[in-house]
Amino acid sequence: MRELVSSVTSSQSFLSNLPEFVIALIFIAIAAVILTTVAAVLALIGVYLERKVSAHMQDRLGPMYVGGWHGWAQTLADAVKLLIKEDIVPRAADKKLHLLAPFLVFAATLAAFAVLPFGRQLIVSDLNVGVLYVIAISSLVVVGIILAGWASNNKWSLLGAMRSAAQIVSFEIPASLAVLVVIMAVGSMNLGEIVLYQEGGIHKWLVWKFFPFNLIAFLIFFVASLAEVNRAPFDIPEAESEIIAGFHTEYSGMKFAMFFLAEYANMFLVGAVGATLFLGGWSSPFGDFMNSGPFQVFWLFAKAFALIFVQMWLRWTLPRVRVDQLMYTSWKVLTPFAFLAMVGVGIYMII
Amino acid sequence: MLFDFAGVLVFLIFGCLFVGINLLLSRLIQTRNPHPGKLSTYECGEIPIGTGWIQFNIRFYVIALVFLIFDVEVVFLFPWAVVFKELGTFAFVEMMIFVFMLLVGLAYVWAKGDLEWDKPREVPAPELASVVDQPKLTEEMAS
Repeated sequence: MRELVSSVTSSQSFLSNLPEFVIALIFIAIAAVILTTVAAVLALIGVYLERKVSAHMQDRLGPMYVGGWHGWAQTLADAVKLLIKEDIVPRAADKKLHLLAPFLVFAATLAAFAVLPFGRQLIVSDLNVGVLYVIAISSLVVVGIILAGWASNNKWSLLGAMRSAAQIVSFEIPASLAVLVVIMAVGSMNLGEIVLYQEGGIHKWLVWKFFPFNLIAFLIFFVASLAEVNRAPFDIPEAESEIIAGFHTEYSGMKFAMFFLAEYANMFLVGAVGATLFLGGWSSPFGDFMNSGPFQVFWLFAKAFALIFVQMWLRWTLPRVRVDQLMYTSWKVLTPFAFLAMVGVGIYMII
Repeated sequence: MLFDFAGVLVFLIFGCLFVGINLLLSRLIQTRNPHPGKLSTYECGEIPIGTGWIQFNIRFYVIALVFLIFDVEVVFLFPWAVVFKELGTFAFVEMMIFVFMLLVGLAYVWAKGDLEWDKPREVPAPELASVVDQPKLTEEMAS
């Protein structure tokens, strides 16, 4: 970002009169507008893909009518429908918190996009604690979920919120420990540097390093991230067949749409973070071939969508786990293995 | 450094703005057809019994405490992992001692059964007896 700002200011003389931080803020604001749009569009694409993938996995066709070609406009129609739907807030609910929850969930999701490296210089704020920041800000989403569950004054919502809290206290540990393996190998928490370390082809990706420990760490990270974004088989906070819709039972219209949007944007975020940490991020899998400019954005999106496809695949393959099974998976399987991977990598690096 | 975090702040503000604008837009063009029934809390179509803000068994209290300890530990591990390459064996041994102590804690909690969602609880003997005796009593009363 900084190099981009300085290069633009030196080429445009009328900009150089302004102080540097003003120009940078303008740049960040433009980036924020673009990324908000990108997140929203990604969510719409994600919803459409989810429908199509699930339909084809169950030997159905999915939406085929709206818009003509394979029902491509279905999610747009849904968005318009949600926009003109009546917004109902229950009489018994805490109206202020009820309103605050979607803000918190969406803003926290979007804020995590700020540190994603979309390309060599396409990174909005190149934080040197990038990884820690992503972990921290994405757990803020759970605060929004708990808020939504509590403010609704509904027993189902409360159950969903409680389950969500149980989930986050369980899965954050294995996820962070798995990420630790990457930091040990690279020696930096900066997401841009982590990608630079992996640049130069598929064989340099961190998944393959210290075989099999990093592979274990990647799997642990993937499973834990599924739980953190409330995806099946860990979608018990919103299990529609047992607690209706969990924390968003009492949300309708655009507020519900915001939760939905945040969920799908979060799916992309998790996929992109997983790709950045373990699968080389924006770098091309073929070394220097197709490794410049717009291709970098393409590779990140391709890798992220590949991971999103696996998420959807799992959702339509596996049944939902029970709460106790969830706790079992986290504390008795993932956490010990994450420690094992960490110790393994440590020994590997010393030898 | 602080300059970089400005980006984060701008993103948080834009996230809120996006939600706000959308909700406002929706408020302007949405259909409105109020009915008192719509405003009641959903409870599978029944009239809701009591409030949703009730005392309930949070179940994972001990797990939350364990989480807190482990999360603090992970925060300690992050800076260690960054400089691990330079420090080498010494740092590794030091951290393994630290991690080992926490793992002993995890093993203890595991063995105590606090990681179970349904904690096996010993039912006090007299209570159990009264439950078993109940049908007998009713039989006697009937005769």
